[in-house]
Amino acid sequence: MILFEGPWTFLSVATMVTMVAVAVSILVASLRVMRGPSLPDRVVALDLVGLLAVSVISVMAIATKQPVLLDAAIALALIAFLSTVAFARFIEWQGGNAE
Amino acid sequence: MNWGEVIAGVLLLVGAAFVLVSAIGVVRFPDVYMRMHAATKAGTLGAGLVLGAASVVFGDLGITVRSFVVFFFLLLTAPVAAHVLGRAAYHAGVPRWERMRLDELAGRYDEADAPPGEPSRPAARGDDIPYP
Repeated sequence: MILFEGPWTFLSVATMVTMVAVAVSILVASLRVMRGPSLPDRVVALDLVGLLAVSVISVMAIATKQPVLLDAAIALALIAFLSTVAFARFIEWQGGNAE
Repeated sequence: MNWGEVIAGVLLLVGAAFVLVSAIGVVRFPDVYMRMHAATKAGTLGAGLVLGAASVVFGDLGITVRSFVVFFFLLLTAPVAAHVLGRAAYHAGVPRWERMRLDELAGRYDEADAPPGEPSRPAARGDDIPYP
């Protein structure tokens, strides 16, 4: 897979800027995953990281002109939702002493 | 200049802005409930705009349907996940922001729904602040 081949158009520059912005967002959100004071904070940030991974995959599909990657986005969104619900049930089951 | 590419680029940039704002909100907001507000709504809109850009770029019916399926799936599951997580955080007694005075669920939550043996919510900071 070759990223950003060909001439510099508005779309390629926008794709690059979006990729950098989403990568910075993932770094910022994982800062909250690392230092969130309670477990629900970490789970919220982890849910956002899953959403950002879906965005990264669709930007990659644009950049590499391979629309097959959108199928992976479907699977990743499903997995992120299921893991969030599982974490929420775990927090509710364990009560306030979950860290 | 190809107008479809311009539309797709604008969608990408606006989606990147929303995604960045939601990540900054998750770090900067003082409370787990406000962080949920930032992560769920702005993040879903940003991802949806990026998916819309993908469907504009490829311009194929199958790919458009596929990206819209992803977007509707996100639109369907983000509120459900946020509600389940907020309910769990409320039951677990995650402290609210200390300047937050309003707790409309206090005493009104159905105790039969709570997990057995756990109090609905321990007393949080700011409970004794009277309403203006």
